[in-house]
Amino acid sequence: MIVENSKTILSVQGLRASIDGIDILKGIDLTVKSGEIHAIMGLNGSGKSTFAKVLAGHADYAITGGSVQFEGKNLLELPPEERARAGLFLAFQYPIEIPGVANTQFLRLAYNTVQAQRGKEELDPLEFDDFVREKMKLLEMKSDFLDRSVNEGFSGGEKKRNEILQMALLEPKLSILDEMDSGLDIDALRIVANGVNRIANKDNAIILVTHYQRLLDYIVPDYVHVMQAGCIVMTGGKELALELETRGYDWLHENRRSLSGASA
Amino acid sequence: MNATAQLDYLASLLKCWPIKQTEAQAWLNQLRMQAFDCVGTQKLPTRRDEEWRFTDISSLAPLTYQPSRPECNLQARDLERWYLKEAKHRLVFVDGHYVGHLSTVADPLQLTIGNLPDFVSSHAAILEFQLGRHAAFDRNIFTALNTAFLRDGAVICIPKNTVIAEPIHVLFVATQNEVTSYPRCLLLGEAGSQVTLIEDYVALSQSAYITNSVTEIGLAANAHAKHIRIQRDSPQAFHLASCAVSQAHASHYQSVSISLGSQISRYNLDVKLADEAAECDIDGLTLIADRQLADTHTCIDHAKPNGTSRQQHKCIVDGSAHAVFNGKIVVHPHAQRTNSSQSSRNLLLSKTAQVDTKPQLEIFADDVKCAHGATVGQLDREEIFYLESRGLSEVVARNLLTYAFAAEILSRIPIVSLKRQLEQTVLSRTRSNPS
Ligand SMILES: Nc1ncnc2c1ncn2[C@@H]1O[C@H](COP(=O)(O)OP(=O)(O)OP(=O)(O)O)[C@@H](O)[C@H]1O
Ligand SMILES: [Mg+2]
Repeated sequence: MIVENSKTILSVQGLRASIDGIDILKGIDLTVKSGEIHAIMGLNGSGKSTFAKVLAGHADYAITGGSVQFEGKNLLELPPEERARAGLFLAFQYPIEIPGVANTQFLRLAYNTVQAQRGKEELDPLEFDDFVREKMKLLEMKSDFLDRSVNEGFSGGEKKRNEILQMALLEPKLSILDEMDSGLDIDALRIVANGVNRIANKDNAIILVTHYQRLLDYIVPDYVHVMQAGCIVMTGGKELALELETRGYDWLHENRRSLSGASA
Repeated sequence: MNATAQLDYLASLLKCWPIKQTEAQAWLNQLRMQAFDCVGTQKLPTRRDEEWRFTDISSLAPLTYQPSRPECNLQARDLERWYLKEAKHRLVFVDGHYVGHLSTVADPLQLTIGNLPDFVSSHAAILEFQLGRHAAFDRNIFTALNTAFLRDGAVICIPKNTVIAEPIHVLFVATQNEVTSYPRCLLLGEAGSQVTLIEDYVALSQSAYITNSVTEIGLAANAHAKHIRIQRDSPQAFHLASCAVSQAHASHYQSVSISLGSQISRYNLDVKLADEAAECDIDGLTLIADRQLADTHTCIDHAKPNGTSRQQHKCIVDGSAHAVFNGKIVVHPHAQRTNSSQSSRNLLLSKTAQVDTKPQLEIFADDVKCAHGATVGQLDREEIFYLESRGLSEVVARNLLTYAFAAEILSRIPIVSLKRQLEQTVLSRTRSNPS
């Protein structure tokens, strides 16, 4: 929801990033205020996941320009774990499998780390077990996912649910959900989207990266951005997503060409 | 290693032989004599010996560590931290010498368990036939030395069709500085018996010493033995060990050996599937750092048809340490329908860590399944990032992933309290920074 005079959580200005000397992000501007839900759409390879991983602090990307303020802090100076502790959360497009680490052990470690940072009470294994089971009910997850290794052998949809479970546990200020809808069946999409909606409130914010209107029917965005070749080329309201759904991305391309033609 | 150094080491060790023999029987004296003669015909191995290609023990040669003295001022409280609540039977050897007042043997009617000298006369018939018969000493100088100095040792015989539910803990404690000790174990499982043996090497101090140990395991038809071996010596120690297992028809041997390093450690495990349908399951984990060297040589010998062996060895190497794994599998010409698998997985935690892993398959039968594979890798950067993105620091993330790599092996230890102890050790031992 767009809230009058709400605080800015994230402010990205002219962000440029490259990997192995190849420029991927070419000047991104984005402001996210508390309470807001933003959707980022765009063709495959346009840089959406790169943007998400750069925000989360992936070391493979070199920042070549611009700035990012997160809750008034210079985000780009922080190592990834401090970004997470400060309240930034990325639900990965492709969550990693970690054989040998029990999901419950991992979830509790993450939860307690963030709790400690916030000066809040940590939970012992028994307390945590009760707590996490409640959260899992919201996402209609079976409790045997707790005993299995992190994401190991999880189906695509199960991995996505496990990501949203982490979001529910960590209660981030800003959640970036990278294609959380991919791999989810219709029922799962509804359940997971409901879970996200229950976490969303006026004090936090969400960035949804998606290709499909289907998700945005459940989680209604305040803003829709279109990314193309490493830039946000257009921003609109939720109706922009509908337009993209019917018209695709080509017309934007035309638009941009004529725009740049005009400016030359 | 030069010839003088060789002489120094062997000469100084042999100077104190023969050890005082009290009521020893002729057969035992003879065994020691044979071993003593074998020492005389062998030399300390050098890297020119194929079996020692990666492991340079020349630093051992100048050491003139004398046999340890049979003295022990320890009380139970000194050792309690290693006691396992699951183990009803515990034999304690301090610097290789049996300490009765620290040992507990429950239910002596159910099995034969205790210190070798107590059985030399009463069980001469079995012992003469078994002791020193599994672990050959004519081709291994360290086994020969151990046998030449044979005096105390754990003797465990499980009678026919007897199931010993609680594990047996044999605790070898090192306390003296600059000595050599000769731990020895003999486990015999009669037909249809079942037992779990924990062979545990610990140190009370950071002293330098040499442990030269030999374990022999004989399993009769359908006998089952689980053998958990933990080497957690002082970082200054030299640990040279052999274990020889002979398996009869349809017997089952399961081994989990954990090496937590010392200056130089070497473990030879020889498993002979001497009769049909025998099975063995061999898991190993080496976790070393600094400038440690840990070498595991295993040989699984399929002598008869329908045998099964499964082996998994993992090394976690940090600092400038060097791990060696040599896994030999022999399938004799008539050992048809052998099914054998071997996997060696290695994790290097630093740029200067090193591992040499070598499968050595000698297959002379045609109808066999033999799978083997080896990998050497580092911690996965994407996995580290995933954990960091959830707020875990890099050190915690690396520790957790290292632990996860080890967990598969630790999970095969059937004693919960021991498994927990080792999990903690692994979690706290892996503190390296990536740079
Ligand atoms: N290591 C790399 N080397 C070269 N190019 C890379 C590397 N990693 C990513 N890229 C490129 O960066 C571009 C952006 O990738 P990114 O994953 O951010 O796209 P995306 O918008 O998330 O696409 P999708 O919708 O398919 O998920 C792609 O063209 C990709 O090939
Ligand atoms: Mg993507």
